[in-house]
Amino acid sequence: MGGTAPMEVERPAMDVRPDLPWLTIVWNDPVNLMSYVTYVFQTVFGYPRQKAEKLMMDVHHKGKAVVASGSREEMERDVQILHSYGLWATVQQDS
Amino acid sequence: MSTGFTATGAGVSVTLDAGEVSVLTLLVSQILGLVEPGVTGEDPLERALGIGSGDAPSDPVLARLFPSAYAEDEKASEEFRRYTEATLREGKRADARTLLDTAGPGVVELTSEQGQAWLRALNDVRLALGVRFDVTEQIHEEMAEMSEEDPRYPALAIYEWLTYLQDTLVRALW
Repeated sequence: MGGTAPMEVERPAMDVRPDLPWLTIVWNDPVNLMSYVTYVFQTVFGYPRQKAEKLMMDVHHKGKAVVASGSREEMERDVQILHSYGLWATVQQDS
Repeated sequence: MSTGFTATGAGVSVTLDAGEVSVLTLLVSQILGLVEPGVTGEDPLERALGIGSGDAPSDPVLARLFPSAYAEDEKASEEFRRYTEATLREGKRADARTLLDTAGPGVVELTSEQGQAWLRALNDVRLALGVRFDVTEQIHEEMAEMSEEDPRYPALAIYEWLTYLQDTLVRALW
């Protein structure tokens, strides 16, 4: 990826529960290929092929899948990278 | 139709004819035209600091290329967009330019890195066509039954070719 580096920003205080992790979720869409989505999970997260394929099948059959969890900042970084690959990804806090 | 991508020692390669190159470069140029460079937004000071508009794009293709990062939190989505969209746009533009710089009739030899850029650029074109022509998961079956007289047919035939090209590229890079 080219372009400017993301900036560190001060976040306003939000009503969040610090004990719960944040999640990166990938949603099913009719365009992204099964092979491509698997490849992206391997490339972006370093997952072995089998795990990447299982997550891809979860997205395909269940409509979405949690593909990573961690801090909010980490999940936002994941989502940004997934968007660069054209995957439909969102961040949310575990509930 | 080309035979798709194959792995080489140094990366990947594909053989394209002049017609395929012109379709490909035309479509990728459209993406480059659609995805504006740099930071967009009303406030020149914020723009200078790399902070862009938090508003979701009104164009449905751009809305798909730059989706909201929070499904149920509009404010957080706006914040995310303000700080990330310019970087994402520059990345997509760089991928498109790599494809345009390397595509030509005959054998196209790409490094793995250039292959990755092609992968993302082909995906962006497919996402754009998918939005514009209401592509569903049943596109393959639909196409099999569609008359060549159907107004969607030419665009969807190109979409199917791009799907094939992208799938062979993934497998060549694996």
